[in-house]
Amino acid sequence: MSRIGVFICHCGENISRTVDVELVASTASQFPGVAFATDYKYMCSDPGQSLIKKAVSEHRLTHVVVAACSPRMHERTFRKAVEQVGLNPFLCEMANIREHCSWVHEDREEATQKAIEIVGMLVERVKKNRVLPTITVPVTKRALVIGGGIAGIQAALDIADAGHQVVLVEREPSIGGHMAQLSETFPTLDCSQCIMTPKMVDLANHPNIIMHTYSEIEQVDGYIGNFQVTIRKKARSVDENKCTGCGICMTKCPQKKIPNIFDRNLGTRTAIYVPFPQAVPNVPVIDRENCTMFKTGKCGVCQKVCGPGAIDFNQQDTLIVEPVGAIVVATGFELYDITEKPKGSPIKGYGEFGHGKIPDVIDGLTFERLASASGPTGGKILRPSDGKEPKQVVFIQCVGSRSREKGISYCSKICCMYTAKHTMLYHHKVHDGQAYVFFMDARVPGKSYDEFWRRAIEEEEAVYIRGMVSRLYQKGDKIVVMGSDISVGVQVEIEADLVVLATAVQPRKGADALAQKLGISYDKYHFYSEAHAKLKPVECATAGIYLAGACQGPKDIPDTVSQASAAAAKVMTLFSKDKLEREPIVARVKENNCVGCFACRKVCAYGAVEEKEIRDRQGNLIKMVAYVNPGVCAGCGTCQATCPSKSVELDGYTDEQIVAMIEAL
Amino acid sequence: MHTEKPKHDFEPKIIAFVCTWCTYAGADLAGTSRMQYPANVRVLKFPCTGRIDPVFIIKAFQQGADGILISGCHPGDCHYISGNYHARRRFAAFRKLLEFIGVDLNRIQFSWVSAAEGGKWVDVVTDLTERVRTMGPMVEFKDLALEEQWSGGLNSPDLQEIYEAM
Repeated sequence: MSRIGVFICHCGENISRTVDVELVASTASQFPGVAFATDYKYMCSDPGQSLIKKAVSEHRLTHVVVAACSPRMHERTFRKAVEQVGLNPFLCEMANIREHCSWVHEDREEATQKAIEIVGMLVERVKKNRVLPTITVPVTKRALVIGGGIAGIQAALDIADAGHQVVLVEREPSIGGHMAQLSETFPTLDCSQCIMTPKMVDLANHPNIIMHTYSEIEQVDGYIGNFQVTIRKKARSVDENKCTGCGICMTKCPQKKIPNIFDRNLGTRTAIYVPFPQAVPNVPVIDRENCTMFKTGKCGVCQKVCGPGAIDFNQQDTLIVEPVGAIVVATGFELYDITEKPKGSPIKGYGEFGHGKIPDVIDGLTFERLASASGPTGGKILRPSDGKEPKQVVFIQCVGSRSREKGISYCSKICCMYTAKHTMLYHHKVHDGQAYVFFMDARVPGKSYDEFWRRAIEEEEAVYIRGMVSRLYQKGDKIVVMGSDISVGVQVEIEADLVVLATAVQPRKGADALAQKLGISYDKYHFYSEAHAKLKPVECATAGIYLAGACQGPKDIPDTVSQASAAAAKVMTLFSKDKLEREPIVARVKENNCVGCFACRKVCAYGAVEEKEIRDRQGNLIKMVAYVNPGVCAGCGTCQATCPSKSVELDGYTDEQIVAMIEAL
Repeated sequence: MHTEKPKHDFEPKIIAFVCTWCTYAGADLAGTSRMQYPANVRVLKFPCTGRIDPVFIIKAFQQGADGILISGCHPGDCHYISGNYHARRRFAAFRKLLEFIGVDLNRIQFSWVSAAEGGKWVDVVTDLTERVRTMGPMVEFKDLALEEQWSGGLNSPDLQEIYEAM
């Protein structure tokens, strides 16, 4: 026989103003099973909680219903309180008579009647509540970081410095990401390589970091604290352990005319290559598509010249399984490519800008390579078509971004600042040149950012034109830029030597496929979604997975580094305990009933349903039944509503509990 | 401020099955924003709309509910990745069944209300309440349930005829 205690809160006057709390308490005391009912001004306060605890002990209460605010507000508070006097926390329920009653109704009679009914429902429900033990799961104190750009590097270093092992996976042959491609960085104009490469070396030499470059995530199994990640280490054709990084293979390779992707196709590279001279690890990769040996079976020059014998044409992809407890996703971004109009994509191409057919129309990242001292031009600003120094350069902002017509409505955030930086770099290198910028708005919030932007105009003589460009076309060796200056309301035509487009920041291609492997959600642009836009900006809704950098949304370097350190801090918090406690709201299979149809497995978004063999004493297989892994189950209950034989139950939301509430109506 | 509320002859009973992450939170927001709506609705909280078994709807009608609301996260926003999609499919099929057995589908509302949509919650609840009010009480299921309780079985003349024919 249950002895239920009902506690009605006045919430100051928030509830008692419209609900007759004394009447609710006296009515509730008459409900079958209720042993004690009372009301109090502030139930969540210390004296209020003491009142509940005292009543539980004095009246030997078996269940508790607190009628107060939303359970989203104080369920944890009251469950903790009853736990302190020896009651299982899941035998305490809250009736929401504030947000769902007193605050939304004015009529006192109606509100009181509704409050009584709500309490009645919860009293019936709580009778069916069962003792639920807290579930603890072990924590593997190793982290996986996906992506070796500045976000991944920062997160990996922070976690490794805290004493935990980190596995870093990078898709490209070298870590470094986009930051390694930049020439100088705003707002201080320090050289990107100078601040980036020491971090790359730190990472490679860190005793707690295992680095898998030229590798991709194949599969992710498990759950918070206990992930099993399968990594595909692509065949490099070079033995990492033997290679000394002397680079003689690259100097001897006969294939020398392959466009260098790292240099945005401005320069060329060999078939055996490192993406850039400061690459970490400094171990080349054979590009099998372009290698003569792989194409024709004849060549092997690199193998002949390699002293340590590191070249291995027969190397195969290998799969490595790494157990980790937490995952930081830092896959970064790529720039919107105006040359393509992907099939079926809502994003429209830029026909008015020549669809990328004009060679001297380049994007911001290409300009970075031109300006970079280690770039294909050695830091000279020379235009791609004829190698001449451009004397008039037009920069166009918001190409793709903030354009609902083109399919991307968000602001790419970094372009205003990097365009200002580009005008400065250009002015430093071409003293008699003139930079023009077409812009919609200058969005330069950030420490020392506005000052930087103003400096571009006031000291570095960039001409900013507020307005957009309607058309670009080639005329002789010039590009005619037709635009408007809306601040004075005139049409503008500039004959430019070079046009630089600040194209939109987009998530990496394949971001959605990776998200599906990880079981995290993404928005319509395929940026990964954080659990809460303001209060949980680095956590994913999927427990144990954290976000860092531009894979979550456009971000500049300072923001990326901050978020990466924040993600690392979250991982360290998780690793501070040996075991993890989680709410026991999980599904359980009634094995006697289960017929093994596995309809539940089909609807489970978490892959929590496994197969279990039921055997008799002789060991003969009787049947296969479903088993829900309590570590993986997220507690949505979709399996229970789907099960045709009603063999699976979600603890805390059993059919019994729900039907009891409906019957109380 | 206090306008005299019109007294109605019939106050429908509305049961809302909602998910805890979106619609329950949206209803909380309506409260914190002090919006007003009819007091006819009783909210049952579920982790996800995917947990809502159609049997609960039948059960609620048997218990005298006049209108039913099912509401969860918007498509794509499910806290449990895809629970709301399963719910949507399930109720698309279930509606057909209810229609077949003669339930007026205007008594059932399926909607998406996010945690940020307190106003939408108020609109949905108000609309459903007023709509069901004009439709009058839903008695068929309740009568059936009562009959079943009293007689231990269904015993209408129509059914009797069918049994005998068999």
